[in-house]
Amino acid sequence: MTELTRRTITELRDGFRSGDFSAREIAEQFNAAVAGARALNAYTVETPNDALAAADTADAARVSGDLQPLSGIPLGIKDLFATAGVDTTAGSNILAGFKPPYESTVSGNLRRAGAGMLGKLNMDEFAMGSSNETSAYGPVLSPWKRNDGGNAALTPGGSSGGSAAAVAAGLAPGVTGTDTGGSIRQPAAFTGISGIKPTYGRCSRWGIVAFASSLDQAGPMARTVRDCAILLEAMAGFDPKDSTSLDLAVPRWEAGLSSDLKGKRVGIPTEYRIKGVPDEINALWDQGIEWLRDAGAEPVEISLPHTKYALPTYYIIAPAEASSNLARYDGVRYGRREAGEGGLEGMYSATRAAGFGAEVKRRIMIGTYVLSAGFYDAYFNKAQRVRALIKQDFRAAFEQCDLILTPTAPSAAFGLGEKLADPIAMYLNDVFAVPASLAGLPAMSVPGGLDDLGLPLGLQIIGRELDEQGVLIAGLAIEERAGFSARPEKWW
Amino acid sequence: MADATAPYRIRGETGEWEVVIGLEVHAQVTSNAKLFSRAATAFGAEPNTQVSLVDAAMPGMLPVPNRECIRQAVRTGMALAATINRWSRFDRKNYFYADLPQGYQISQLYHPLVGEGTVHVLTDEKDEGSAKAIGIERIHVEQDAGKLMHDQHPTMSYVDLNRCGVALMEIVSKPDMRSPAEAGAYLRKLRAILRYVGSCDGNMEEGSMRADVNVSVRRPGDPFGTRTETKNVNSVRFVQAVIEHEARRQIEVLEEGGAVLQETRLYDPGRQETRSLRSKEDAHDYRYFPDPDLLPLELDDAFLADCRASLPELPDAKRKRFELMGMSAYNASVLTAEVETASWFDVLLSHGVDPKQAANWVVAELFGALNRLGVSIAECPVSPAHAAELLKLVADGTISGSIAKTVFEKMLESGDPAGAIVEGEGLRQTSDTGAIDAEIERILGANADKVEQYRAGKQQLFGFFVGQTMKAMAGKANPQVVNERLRAKLG
Repeated sequence: MTELTRRTITELRDGFRSGDFSAREIAEQFNAAVAGARALNAYTVETPNDALAAADTADAARVSGDLQPLSGIPLGIKDLFATAGVDTTAGSNILAGFKPPYESTVSGNLRRAGAGMLGKLNMDEFAMGSSNETSAYGPVLSPWKRNDGGNAALTPGGSSGGSAAAVAAGLAPGVTGTDTGGSIRQPAAFTGISGIKPTYGRCSRWGIVAFASSLDQAGPMARTVRDCAILLEAMAGFDPKDSTSLDLAVPRWEAGLSSDLKGKRVGIPTEYRIKGVPDEINALWDQGIEWLRDAGAEPVEISLPHTKYALPTYYIIAPAEASSNLARYDGVRYGRREAGEGGLEGMYSATRAAGFGAEVKRRIMIGTYVLSAGFYDAYFNKAQRVRALIKQDFRAAFEQCDLILTPTAPSAAFGLGEKLADPIAMYLNDVFAVPASLAGLPAMSVPGGLDDLGLPLGLQIIGRELDEQGVLIAGLAIEERAGFSARPEKWW
Repeated sequence: MADATAPYRIRGETGEWEVVIGLEVHAQVTSNAKLFSRAATAFGAEPNTQVSLVDAAMPGMLPVPNRECIRQAVRTGMALAATINRWSRFDRKNYFYADLPQGYQISQLYHPLVGEGTVHVLTDEKDEGSAKAIGIERIHVEQDAGKLMHDQHPTMSYVDLNRCGVALMEIVSKPDMRSPAEAGAYLRKLRAILRYVGSCDGNMEEGSMRADVNVSVRRPGDPFGTRTETKNVNSVRFVQAVIEHEARRQIEVLEEGGAVLQETRLYDPGRQETRSLRSKEDAHDYRYFPDPDLLPLELDDAFLADCRASLPELPDAKRKRFELMGMSAYNASVLTAEVETASWFDVLLSHGVDPKQAANWVVAELFGALNRLGVSIAECPVSPAHAAELLKLVADGTISGSIAKTVFEKMLESGDPAGAIVEGEGLRQTSDTGAIDAEIERILGANADKVEQYRAGKQQLFGFFVGQTMKAMAGKANPQVVNERLRAKLG
């Protein structure tokens, strides 16, 4: 039997189209892989029949000549996306058993493009976390292990940890993720795969359980840059149901791919040289600069002076929005309800106390605090102003360069439990990812190499607003030069 | 009758007090769909049959502004001569309640759609001297909440989300009113303007217009006192009752040496009193912040021009036009107070009747008849076209004014046109001097004594002879001809 679960979306698509194997074979092999990898806890729901049904449609379409862009490709869907009739819980007990009667625009777009669904992917509760340890379903285990002879369980990163682990372990050729402050890029870096967060507004947020509305953005995660381009093309597009959706045609990103950076200037931000970041990370960054120079680009030093304020700004704005967005989980209309004592308020308290986990409660409290009377100006309003300055930093930098190259995360994957007790250490994971989120810019992580312990490290490319194409091209240039082919050894 | 221009004062134990009033009117926007969803808005539907996924705040749902609601609010602002803010923004007002599925109301705190404007009122319709301009502070657009039903289950409350998400305009006045009469005049005028514009049906019984009443008292000339806010008052009469009650209560508190607490109160129409709902200390912290699901609202020239072009003639302009046609100030005011009356009357005028005569007839005859029948002008059994025909028959002398009343009664009963009734019942007025003279001769002959007295100087008997002649002619004689002939015969 041909091993299909190790292939890229591009390979599966082309092989299926030329008749090397059927869509059903693809779906069956991935279904089997999913069923055989429950130890990783990557999926919260498995939907093998959905994948098979889409595969049969694809096989019929190949005969009738009615193929769609993603015909024959089964995907994993992050549990933040509403999927009609299939449990959608955002990794939270408060939505236990919730089956929406509607399909998110992005997952609907993928379905219309012919993709099947393998299942729903585990994630940090309400996408709040960088290690997947805040999930009500328990943490996802990274398929990767350190090469130090130990057997420490590692995080796949978060919040799209189930998504990242699924791709890295061959449990899906591609998946959806969402990125609010690094939730696609950091797990992609931790697991040696690619992932892109497009410009804010490229993908509709309709039907995606909201975390922080002004930051949330869906994007694909897959093995290769080309696979990401293919998926993003199917996911993106204007949606009148989302007022912040961009009314622009979707570019043909796959067709526009190359690895030619001639005439491009790549900005290297001085402020991203942060104390305490391991040498290996900085060494990979320097290597990345050389790869891009080799692809024809000219590296230039740039300054993003407000970088050090990005993380504190993010941890005011995101919790503020979340505290309001999560108010609807009150036990009245759907999800979990605890009757409690003391009437309506008692029910609210009991429901939310039982339904939300510790990290979600922490962020609701932070968000409530920064919005409350007397603190609003000092925190939320100031954070909004700093956010404007951070955007301005990027605007100014992009007058000197076309793309920006940075590390994706300040470390490789860490062990489960290592940072759980220290929220600040956990939040620092996103120090390189958060500025692009605040500025709404497209940003991508591609694998660059392994650290001394044999764990993947990622490089981040940030582009101008709407320049996903430039980001993908630089990503491909790195991918071709890095030649990253490491795979976790199967232990699950 | 009290002089409407004299300042309204309340006499307390220690002297006179002035009352200061500001109103926040919540007006439900007339539109087919809700402010941020496409669910229907009709009143009186079965519970929870007009609820979209957005209204129920399902996970991942997003608001999309309904352009028609924005348009209605902008038109309203224009009708109140208010500043229209080309750039405005929606904010979230956060609080938990079972009738508020999102856990926040989408409103506009920081950057409202409409800024300052003015409502011109007359506290006495017959007295131009009672004119006053009441300032509008702002108008913002926001979502209404759902409704709780407490009588459906012994231990639980039911939630009806039909009203949830319906667009409201909150029209905030300046604290410019100084008496219950002014507040009443302001509310009636505001309601009239909204109904002219068509942006709110003004139906206070169904709750599509309700007011939060801010009241404080002070010694005339002093700075503003501490105010209380009485929520959700749903009739003009109740608003006036709240003001009177609150002012007296506050005066009592102050005169006993106490202090008025800044608090939210509720009106109990049964007991005709207000009671405390929550004090400033227990006030919610609403944690307002800009709604990140929505972009700022930016209005372009074309949109504003379209809003302006769609405005009808407004009550003040219409009243002036009517006055210029020769109508009395009172008639002009009464005829323009309600949009239905004004429209009906405008149609009547379009049939070429004499404006002054028509105004007098509508105010005296038509209003009387409608009152008697207990129907609104929209349900009037006589159309403006038929009424115009009746007025023309009087104007050209075909029937007399008194016959016209008879004809009108028959029109109300049968719905037949005036001309047909006049012809059918032979009510046409006669100027036939032969017939009139014959009757006059007979009457003068039968009343020789009175003729004697008249000629001796008892002039007031002339009316007696007119009456007798008209009676003999069954009311159909032309009164002018009767007068002429009588004078000639009596010498």
